[in-house]
Amino acid sequence: MGKTLFDKVWDSHVVSAIENGPQILYIDKHLIHEVTSPQAFNELEERGIPVFRPEQIVATADHNTPTLNQDQPIKDELSRNQLEQLSENCKKNNIILYELGHKYNGIVHVMAPELGITQPGMTMVCGDSHTSTHGAFGTIAFGIGTSQVAQVFASQCLLLTKPKSLRVSVNGKLKNGVLPKDVILYIISKLGTNSGTGYFCEYAGNVFEDMSMEGRMTVCNMSIEMGARGGMIAPDETTFAYLEGRKFAPKDKDFEKKVAYWKTLPTDIDANFDKEYSFDAADIEPMITYGTNPGMGIKISETIPVDENPSFKKSLAYMNFEAGESLINKPINFVFIGSCTNSRIEDFRIAADYIKGKKKADNVTAWLVPGSKQVEAQIIEEGLKAVFDDAGFELRQPGCSACLAMNDDKIPQGEYCVSTSNRNFEGRQGQGSRTILASPLVAAATAVEGKIIDIMKHLN
Amino acid sequence: MEKFTTLKSRAIPLNIENVDTDQIIPARFLKATDRKGFGHNVFRDWRYKKDGSVNSEFVLNDAKYSGQILVAGDNFGCGSSREHAAWAITDFGFKVVVSSFFADIFKGNALNNGLLPVQVSKGFLSDLLKLIASNPQTELEVSLENQTISVKDSEFTEDFEIDAYKKTCMINGYDDIDYLINSKKLIEAFEAHKTY
Repeated sequence: MGKTLFDKVWDSHVVSAIENGPQILYIDKHLIHEVTSPQAFNELEERGIPVFRPEQIVATADHNTPTLNQDQPIKDELSRNQLEQLSENCKKNNIILYELGHKYNGIVHVMAPELGITQPGMTMVCGDSHTSTHGAFGTIAFGIGTSQVAQVFASQCLLLTKPKSLRVSVNGKLKNGVLPKDVILYIISKLGTNSGTGYFCEYAGNVFEDMSMEGRMTVCNMSIEMGARGGMIAPDETTFAYLEGRKFAPKDKDFEKKVAYWKTLPTDIDANFDKEYSFDAADIEPMITYGTNPGMGIKISETIPVDENPSFKKSLAYMNFEAGESLINKPINFVFIGSCTNSRIEDFRIAADYIKGKKKADNVTAWLVPGSKQVEAQIIEEGLKAVFDDAGFELRQPGCSACLAMNDDKIPQGEYCVSTSNRNFEGRQGQGSRTILASPLVAAATAVEGKIIDIMKHLN
Repeated sequence: MEKFTTLKSRAIPLNIENVDTDQIIPARFLKATDRKGFGHNVFRDWRYKKDGSVNSEFVLNDAKYSGQILVAGDNFGCGSSREHAAWAITDFGFKVVVSSFFADIFKGNALNNGLLPVQVSKGFLSDLLKLIASNPQTELEVSLENQTISVKDSEFTEDFEIDAYKKTCMINGYDDIDYLINSKKLIEAFEAHKTY
C-alpha cells in the first residue's frame, strides 16, 4: 500500500517508539515568540537543562507588539517586559531573533515562510495553534503548548502519538469573488469545529493546486479551526518557485537536490486515508460567520440557520443576531484586514484592487495590518499604501494586532468587526466585541459600504 | 508534576459546548512570564461583567456548586494552543475535567500539567450534568488506575481511555522532558543518519 504525504514526512522523522505508547518525533525547525516561550525558558533554567539545538530555533516578536510607533519604547509594562525577556532569553541561548523593528520581523507564520525557513518535508512546531499554516509547503507543522516548547528546547524532539489521516478534496472551478478564505470557511462550516480532531488533514484537488502559496497558507492556517492539528498541501512547482532564492532556502545544486527529494513527497495513488471528504468548487460562495466559532459560517447570500441547541442560541445572543435572518445590509463600524490568515501581500493587493478609486464609509474604522516588515515594505513599493491612504484606510505596522487584541488594537464592546482573522470567539478582538470572519475582498467591500453587501451580486 | 491516582470530589457543571481557550483565559492575561496566578482570571469574562461586578448567573459563582472536578460540554478546550488555559484551570483548583470531547492541544497541555482529561460518552455526560444540577452535593470518584469515573454510592459509572504511557506519567508524576533527556543518545544517532 502506498503512503500519504503525511506518512512520508512523519515516518522519516521518527527517532524511536515507546512500546504501546507515543513515538519520539524529531523536529527540524522550532519557531518561538514572546508569549508562549518565557515559561519554557524558565523551566529549563530551573532544571539546569541547556537548549539542545539553538541553531534550529528562530524567534520573532509578534503577539504582543504595538502596531503604531514601533520605534518608540512600548508603553505597556507587561508587554515590554515580555519582549525584553524574549531578547534576553535568545541572547543567552544563542537563538536568532528578529525583534520588533527588524526588517525581517513579523507574525511568525508570515515571516518564516517569507524567509524560506519553511520547506517541504520538514517537521516544524511553534507554541501557537496556527503553526498549521506552514503545511502549505508540504511540511508537518503544528502548534504546541509551553511544556512541549520546553521539551523541544531540551531535546529537539516531542513524544507524540501519530495522528490519523484525513483528506479534503475540492475540485472544479471557483466562482468569481471566491477566495481561499472562502474555501476554508466553507469546508469548516460543512464539517464543524471538531471534525478534524485527532487527524492531520491533506487538502487535495485542482482548487488547491491552482492556488498561490499565499492562498494555500490561508487554507492550511485554519485547519486547527476544524480541530485538525495540521493541514498539508503537496509540494509542487508553485512551491519550488516560491522558495527559490529566499534567504534560508537551499541554493544552487543543493536546491536542485532538495527539489528532487521534495518531488517524492506527494501522496501515492494507492495510499489510504482514515477519513475523506470531497466538495465541488462550484458550490462555494463568499462566506461570512454569524456565531462564536469558525464553524458557524454561511454564504453571504444565505440566512442564519435555526437551531434549538442552547449553546447555539447562547452564541447568537452574544452576536445579537436572530436565527433565520440575513446579514446583508447589517451596518458595520470596524474592519480588520490582517492576522496570520490574511496579511500577506496578495491579500492587500486584492483589497487595494477593490478599494482603488473608492472611499471607506464614514462610520467605518478600517485597520490594515501587514503580516511582516517585508509585506509592509512591499505594500509601499507597489503603491498600495497610496490607494489605502486615499480611501481613508489606516495602514499600521506589522503584528498579530486585533486578531487576538493582546495589544491596544481592540474592537470596542458590542461592536461588530468584519475581520480577515481566524477566530470569532467571544471577546477575541476585545471584551464584548463581535467578530464576523470573512475574506479580504468581503472585508474591503464592507469598509467601503459601511455594511455587509452581497459581494457576488455586486461583482456581477 | 504532581502525581494523580484517585480523586473523590464534588463537581461543577459547565453545560456549554465548544468552550475555547480564549474563554478559559482571555488573551489580555497572557502577558505574564511565569506559570502562577492564572486561576485568578480563569473564565474571567464569564465570571465577571464588563463593569467588574460578579456575574451571579455563571456557574463558578454559584455557591451551591463546588469541587475539584469541572464537567463541561462537548469539544472542550478548542482554539488557541495557550497552555495558560491548563495552568488557569489547575491554579483555580481543578484536578479533573470531564467532557464528551477534548481538543487535541488542550488535552496534551492538561496531561503535561497533572490535570486529568476524562472523556466520556455523550449520554453519560448529559446524565451527569443533569445529576449534578439536580443534586449539587453529588460526589464523584475518578480512578486513574482503573480508568473509571463513577458517582459515589450508585451504579452510575463509566470507563475512560487514556494513553498507557501518559497514565504511567501521571501516576508517577513524571513528565516528557525526563524521558526525552534520557533518549539523547538515540536522538543524536538519528541526527547523524537522517534520511531526508
